[in-house]
Amino acid sequence: MNFKRLGVPAVIAVTAAIALSSCASNEGGAAPSESASTLSGNLVGAGASSQDAAQQSWIAGFQTANPDVTVDYDPSGSGAGRETFLEGASDFAGSDRAFKDEELAAGGFKKCAADSSIVELPLYISPIAVIFNVEGVDSLDLDAATVAGIFAGTITNWNDPAIAATNPDATLPDLAITPVHRSDDSGTTENFTEYLGAAAADVWTWEADGVWPFEGGEAAQGTSGLVDAVSNGNGTIGYADASRAGDLGTVSIKVGDEFVPYSPEAAAAIVDASPFAEGRAEGDLAIEIDRTSEEAGVYPIVLVSYLIACGQYEDPANVDLVKGYLSYIASPEGQEVAAADAGSAPISDTLREKITAAIDSIK
Amino acid sequence: MTIQTTRPPETSAPIANSLTAGRLPKSAPWTILVAAIAVAAAVFGVVAIGSGSGYNWGGALFIGALLYIPAIWLFSMLVEGRRRAMDRLVTALVTGAFLLAMIPLVSLAITVVSLGAARFDADFFTMSMRNVTGEGGGALHAIIGTLLMTGAAAVISIPIGLMTSIYLVEYGRGRLARGVTFLVDVMTGIPSIVAGLFAYSLFAIFLGPGTRTGIAGAVALSLLMIPVVVRSSEEMLRLVPNELREAAFALGVPKWLTIVKVVLPTSIAGITTGIMLSIARVIGETAPLLIAAGFTASVNYNLFDGRMQSLPVFVYTQYANQGNPPEEYINRAWAAALTLILIVMALNLIARLVARFFAPKFGR
Amino acid sequence: MTSAPAPIKAKLRIGDLVFSRSAVFAGSMILVTLAAVALFLIVQSIPAVVATNEDASILKTNFWDYVGPLVFGTVWAATLALVVALPISIGIALFISHYAPRRLASVLGYIVDLLAAVPSVVFGLWGIGVFAPALVDAYAWLNENLGWIPLFSGTPSATGRTILTAALVLAVMVLPIMTAICREVFLQTPVLHEEAALALGATRWEMIRTAVLPFGRSGIISASVLGLGRALGETMAVAMVLSASPVITFQLLTSVNPNTIAANIALSFPEAYGLNVNVLIATGLILFVVTFAVNAFARWIVSRRKEFSGAN
Repeated sequence: MNFKRLGVPAVIAVTAAIALSSCASNEGGAAPSESASTLSGNLVGAGASSQDAAQQSWIAGFQTANPDVTVDYDPSGSGAGRETFLEGASDFAGSDRAFKDEELAAGGFKKCAADSSIVELPLYISPIAVIFNVEGVDSLDLDAATVAGIFAGTITNWNDPAIAATNPDATLPDLAITPVHRSDDSGTTENFTEYLGAAAADVWTWEADGVWPFEGGEAAQGTSGLVDAVSNGNGTIGYADASRAGDLGTVSIKVGDEFVPYSPEAAAAIVDASPFAEGRAEGDLAIEIDRTSEEAGVYPIVLVSYLIACGQYEDPANVDLVKGYLSYIASPEGQEVAAADAGSAPISDTLREKITAAIDSIK
Repeated sequence: MTIQTTRPPETSAPIANSLTAGRLPKSAPWTILVAAIAVAAAVFGVVAIGSGSGYNWGGALFIGALLYIPAIWLFSMLVEGRRRAMDRLVTALVTGAFLLAMIPLVSLAITVVSLGAARFDADFFTMSMRNVTGEGGGALHAIIGTLLMTGAAAVISIPIGLMTSIYLVEYGRGRLARGVTFLVDVMTGIPSIVAGLFAYSLFAIFLGPGTRTGIAGAVALSLLMIPVVVRSSEEMLRLVPNELREAAFALGVPKWLTIVKVVLPTSIAGITTGIMLSIARVIGETAPLLIAAGFTASVNYNLFDGRMQSLPVFVYTQYANQGNPPEEYINRAWAAALTLILIVMALNLIARLVARFFAPKFGR
Repeated sequence: MTSAPAPIKAKLRIGDLVFSRSAVFAGSMILVTLAAVALFLIVQSIPAVVATNEDASILKTNFWDYVGPLVFGTVWAATLALVVALPISIGIALFISHYAPRRLASVLGYIVDLLAAVPSVVFGLWGIGVFAPALVDAYAWLNENLGWIPLFSGTPSATGRTILTAALVLAVMVLPIMTAICREVFLQTPVLHEEAALALGATRWEMIRTAVLPFGRSGIISASVLGLGRALGETMAVAMVLSASPVITFQLLTSVNPNTIAANIALSFPEAYGLNVNVLIATGLILFVVTFAVNAFARWIVSRRKEFSGAN
């Protein structure tokens, strides 16, 4: 009797759940059968959270076109994504960096055939904006050394001569600078610190790392936390996916002799201007971003996130599904959807050609 | 008793009513409060004029209320003496503590309701997030997941927790009881994220790596829930007077019936509160569910197969992985937070009704 | 002639047997569960404890240097939270049980319980969006006027996301559970004791001090232990609110604050792989041990005074 009494909340919870058991109105039944898709099955991916918004749009687009397919993408993080893929628990991975040479040499990809190489496709390119919140200032022109100085804590006030030198027209207040960085391990931080290290080596002496390399400055969790911290503070500056810059002020970065604001085209341009990593298998399109490029109109602070699949799968059942999904992502349509929903930069046609060839080689 | 204190005859003004003598008038606390706030307001006014900044209403009220505490003590000390002054001081402090706790509650309530109302519509309760990007979508899948997983956790935890507390209070003697008491305390310290890691690894052993299921989430939650249930019910059971148990034994009632019919009903109100608190404690857990149950955009009714979304994880993922336009994601996050709070409120209300219905009728 | 009467044996009832056995079983379940969790933690932690920065990229030198600031941050934040929350929760509990009009009391209790219903993520969102910005001015004022106290020295944060904010959010989060337990215990004070105190001419405060508080002492300590347990292990709210760095500092108002173990796990786990995962789990084990120590300390305090209980 006491169980009956005390179990009441639990019983109510369960019955309430059962009462709610009508199907979600946007699920099932609504599949239009006009598409001649023959694909069916489950595809599981895991990895970079930076891709998540784009993945959601790709999944939505792909599932709408192929009603019998369910794709799950778990944005558990790049490291976890690579690990999961290595263990064979996912069909593909999303990662903010390509596998390193020694990791490839170690091999052991459980989903892949014994001597198969892996395919790494730079399908998600996102500019990283340097955002700030200073009243009365909407945009600033800064060179790499100044940005590095601000984040390293050597430039501490907004009216510093180094900032004023490149911004003669801006009214810079006498206000302390609060640099905000990510407190979690992230690909955005890794790409940002890599840029600072490459472009301003004498100011920024730390190695590129997903974890902020030194103590100091304000830290915030995730892109959302960082954007919140920057917008709620006064005199704050941070770095985040450009799509999340919103109303905050943004920095144009000095490349060569001109200042380039972030834009999808400029971000795609730097990828085209950068060489592929050497010594990789065919289909492994790892890119070494040239952060110090002086070509006109390139924006050097970009995050390139890869989709990683096997060159040859051990079990051929999912091959068509993987190829179908990756082809959709690489298609102009797929890249457009991601650009609209996640603010990524669509890949150029020259890169698409190489990627399509790589996808076709999957078996 | 027989000694009569004689009033000195030279008293100049006779006291009108000896019962209210030496006491502050009834209106005194309020008068002092208003005066204290007025003083604080004046000071803030001067500061505002001096510095040219805006007038800080919240600060004035807060400082005014703070000023009231020593003021009432001082007045009472002068008129009523030390003991009553202490009493008034504590009354002011206790009331102040309550009002202080209301500040975050009210602020939270305003924030959640005002931001959550934007998407608190029919779509939100009839749709999942499958194939939804940007606008629209809902949290049906998360509501179902939360109810199922919390329900399962309750089904696991309440019997174990309650029986353990009964054991500790009614049966427990010696080393085992002391050990269990201590371990329950230790269990309260299991960080929620470690509970998630544990449940995830446990199920990974049986079901293969990378498996995330609703039941793993429920196990993680019950790890967090059991100690709260044990701790609070133990406290309540201990408060049942021994006289009641002894009376029952004297009438020849078996021990287990005494517990079921006498001890539990007497403490049912407290136990229910404890259980509701434990449910409230785990229903909002994010970190362990993120790890153990994962998340998904689709509805899943099966605790034993596939990932399951829950409301707190929904709030977190909507906030952390915003797409375009971001307001839509933020609005969904707040609407889900509002839903979660409403669910707990409803559960709480039901539990209180249950407790009132079953509790023995006391005078108080 | 008269033999000693045989000792009276209680009748063995099936009900009693089943009931007591299942009670023992439930108690042992806790033992087993805890042993399993501890075993899991220890097995996973062993490789991490001996690891250096060559094995696990997350480490700068060795494991102990990594975990030191985290332990400090965890204990520091939880202590601050408890210092704030304990007097307030006792105050609220007394207000509800002995000061507020009886009719109002249950409604007020319900309102405070509602705070427990707020998920930690929401506390995080509220903390970063509403609470922290509201505290910036107060922090600047404290720093300006009381900066000579080491706690308030340093450059005040421009966003308010300091360890003091995190501790205050934690305090708000642990309030409901502590209040609820204190309240229930205070309400159970024998009415006769209270009336006796009042009849002797005690003021309300004296009645509370002599009758209610001694009766509720073990409840207050239980409440603190539960509150501290929650504060030590709270993850998401701290991760979202706190601006954290791997440092040890007592300064309350700056942007550079020590992180807590739980928040650090939440921040680092998503991108962790290989031995880094073990390192994080090992920090979890340390948190476990810290809580263990805190609990043992609380137990010791309680046991110094005779347990006041109806069932003894």
